[in-house]
Amino acid sequence: MAHFIDRRLNPKDKSLGNRRRFLKRVRGQVKKAVDEAVRRRGIADVDRGERVSVPTDGIAEPSFRQASEGGRREQVFTGNKTFQAGDKVEKPPRGGAGGAGRRGSPDGEGEDDFLFALSREEFLDLFFDDLELPDLVKRSLKEITRTHPRRAGYSTTGTPSNINVARTMRNAVGRRIGLKRPKDDEARELLHRILLLELISSPTREQREELLALRAERDELMRRRKVIAYIDPLDVRYSYFDQQPEPNANAVMFCLMDVSASMGEREKDLAKRFFVLLHLFLSRRYEKTDIVFIRHTHDASEVDEETFFYSPQTGGTVVSSALVKMKQIIDERYPPSEWNIYAAQASDGENFGGDSPKCATILSQDLMKICQYFAYIEIVEEEEARLINSEASGMELWQAYRQVGEIWPNFARKRVASASDIYPVFRELFARKHAGERHG
Amino acid sequence: MAEHASRAKSALLFDQVDWDFDALRRTYDAIERVACQDLGLDIYPNQIEIISSEQMLDAYSSIGMPLMYRHWSFGKHFLHHERLYRKGARGLAYEIVINSDPCISYCLEENTMPLQALVMAHAAFGHNHFFKANHLFEQWTDAEGILDYLDYARRYIARCEEQHGADEVEAVLDAAHALMPSGIFRHRRPRQHSLREAEEQRQRRRAAAEQNVYYLWNTIPNRPGHERERDAAMLERKREMRLPEENLLYFLEHYSPILKSWQREILRIVRNVGQYFYPQKQTKVMNEGCACFVHYYILNVLHAEGRLTDGAMLEILHNHTNVLTQPDFDDPRFGGINPYALGFAMMQDIRRICEEPGEEDREWFPDIAGKGDWRNVLKHAWANYRDESFIQQFLSPAVMRRFRMFALSDDAGDPYYTVTGIHDARGYRHLRDVLASNHDISTLEPDIQVVDADLLGDRCLHLRASRREGVPLDSSSREATLRHVERLWGYKVALEEVEPGR
Repeated sequence: MAHFIDRRLNPKDKSLGNRRRFLKRVRGQVKKAVDEAVRRRGIADVDRGERVSVPTDGIAEPSFRQASEGGRREQVFTGNKTFQAGDKVEKPPRGGAGGAGRRGSPDGEGEDDFLFALSREEFLDLFFDDLELPDLVKRSLKEITRTHPRRAGYSTTGTPSNINVARTMRNAVGRRIGLKRPKDDEARELLHRILLLELISSPTREQREELLALRAERDELMRRRKVIAYIDPLDVRYSYFDQQPEPNANAVMFCLMDVSASMGEREKDLAKRFFVLLHLFLSRRYEKTDIVFIRHTHDASEVDEETFFYSPQTGGTVVSSALVKMKQIIDERYPPSEWNIYAAQASDGENFGGDSPKCATILSQDLMKICQYFAYIEIVEEEEARLINSEASGMELWQAYRQVGEIWPNFARKRVASASDIYPVFRELFARKHAGERHG
Repeated sequence: MAEHASRAKSALLFDQVDWDFDALRRTYDAIERVACQDLGLDIYPNQIEIISSEQMLDAYSSIGMPLMYRHWSFGKHFLHHERLYRKGARGLAYEIVINSDPCISYCLEENTMPLQALVMAHAAFGHNHFFKANHLFEQWTDAEGILDYLDYARRYIARCEEQHGADEVEAVLDAAHALMPSGIFRHRRPRQHSLREAEEQRQRRRAAAEQNVYYLWNTIPNRPGHERERDAAMLERKREMRLPEENLLYFLEHYSPILKSWQREILRIVRNVGQYFYPQKQTKVMNEGCACFVHYYILNVLHAEGRLTDGAMLEILHNHTNVLTQPDFDDPRFGGINPYALGFAMMQDIRRICEEPGEEDREWFPDIAGKGDWRNVLKHAWANYRDESFIQQFLSPAVMRRFRMFALSDDAGDPYYTVTGIHDARGYRHLRDVLASNHDISTLEPDIQVVDADLLGDRCLHLRASRREGVPLDSSSREATLRHVERLWGYKVALEEVEPGR
């Protein structure tokens, strides 16, 4: 006698724990792929999720087994067509790069690379992971400052201005039909007939009786019409509005970077991470986020992202040229009345002698009035970061910007030395309350 | 009465495609009747569980067992199978069956009713009978205790993770898994207790030992004068090791100088699991052949009795043939000899030889040709052979011709393969020998032994791999595996590959 058991309602995902373990194990590799993706991708595309292939060697399960080549071996195959004993069959050529198809292992199960598709959230988690993002702030990153009422069904309470007539009437009709409220036509008909009967000057007995009956009927009808309201408070429905968060309007983000020779791979990488973060932040707040890349040496130009990060250029450094360019672009394309303007400037702090005060002037007089926020990050060597521990000390540009910061609360500046600095700095620069207040 | 019986016999078991528990039960009973009364199968009590596809994937990835300790490699296999499944590259098995008492068969809820009938006949009777009857299983596995043991293993390893950290445990498991194929007693089975009994006994012993050791460790003075005593003790230990030893896991579990007792226990668990599956590795052809033969026979009988509709039978045959496809060597689907196809063909052939032998069969199989009693011949074979000996004994020229078999030798020194035999009078015996050895686990897995552990010197552990026919170890996995051995041994491990003197 067999025992039948229906296990379908048992918990599934018994192997969830195993999968977690597996993911934990490959996390390093996935992380690496995420970093690579950040480097490879455009700023606006970073949070799009990623397919990550995990190389087999990280998760291989080795064992002692016989090699698939070498020595002498003999095997039986099926489906002989023309072979005779003693025939010699040429081996397939063994191209240097694995031209000969690998023979399946004896168990018939080869392994190929694993491919993961990370969701956007997973991707961001891993991305932020490196930036040491505290949970607290992840929330504020996703914070949305303006809400907009959106239809969300009906409710039985509300303000008179929100009464939904159609829905109310529909309820009323249903109720009137359900409770059999006499219709207007019926009432009119009845009254008409009563009137006709009353007009007869000398009614017969039958007519008198009919009149009485009709009057009784009329009384009953009128009573019902009175008791069963045409529109009952129960029928009334109000349109209900939900406060849906809505990103407000548009933002443009200016990425300003010094690309003179002193900005190497490391510096650009750090800058890119900062810009990525800024973009993620803005794209969550605003419906539309534009990015403008301005690079400068002694001369500034607007470029595309590719050129911004990857094309080499050398020359002297005149920081003010970038600010001038930015002002010019704002005037041309981004009227401050329609755009929230943000700017982030990354530099190693080197500047042409005497240019720094000029920068401060441009900022104070022109840009800071129209910018929501202007962040300056100075990318320094790790050694340097350890030496400079006071806000006050610094090079010419830093000093000049310090003065700007004293006048303008929406100007901020920070020093960054390694990837893990980026987030805390970013957080200080952007998650502060005043950043939200100004446009909130 | 007889009329009633014949009416019951000819009534359809089911006529719908969707299954329900009534139909399952009805069909099971009919199958059981044929299996037990006609074929005379001897089975463990059956427990048939209906599971969903996710649960089937779960079961897949923990090597088919209903409970298993946790390890990332199972998660990896889950994702692997899941990916193939979602892509549609591979379907799910219709069933998984577990060598336990009672014998548990998992049936997929998505199966149609005809498929469920096929699965029940295949797993709950074919495999079940094989598990119970075959001497390897009888000798090497404890169907009764395995689920308890796995439950114990899971709880034990979970507790270790709590006590010593998941990473520590994972490192031991990784290393143990790498040595799993080398952690098997191939020639003797040392333990006669049921797994559960042994387990209880050992736990008591270990608890006591551990208490003593903790106490003693605090009192042992670590002075150089004690070295000589320690050396003598080591010599003694080495003698006790009874080298050479082929079971690496067993050796490490017992003699590794660095493992803690919980780590040894984990090695033991992995070793026991490996040992449990060892008979399955050696009997793929027979086990699947037996199950296929049984389902094919039973369902045909039921169809002939009019209890299955033609439609149901067609669906069953369609799936049956799919499973039994044997692509030719030049077909891209070719992946070696399909154990289902070979096993089924040989068992059908045994029946044919018993019932209507030709001249050739009488010459090749004088003992069984024309004896008619194929049921007992098959039952005898199922009980007493493993793949290698079964092929050696029962592979007939007729089957070799049908598969158009040929043997190819591959000598690393030659620029060509040589056809060493085909399905003709001169080649039959050679083909049979080669095919048999292709199914001999001991020739497929490397022969590695612990030959020396230099406990007096640098404590280097010496392993020796004897190459068969000059076939070397796979070099990439060799190094990685050696590192695992070193992790368990704690000191250097040297592996030497030797050509046995010819």
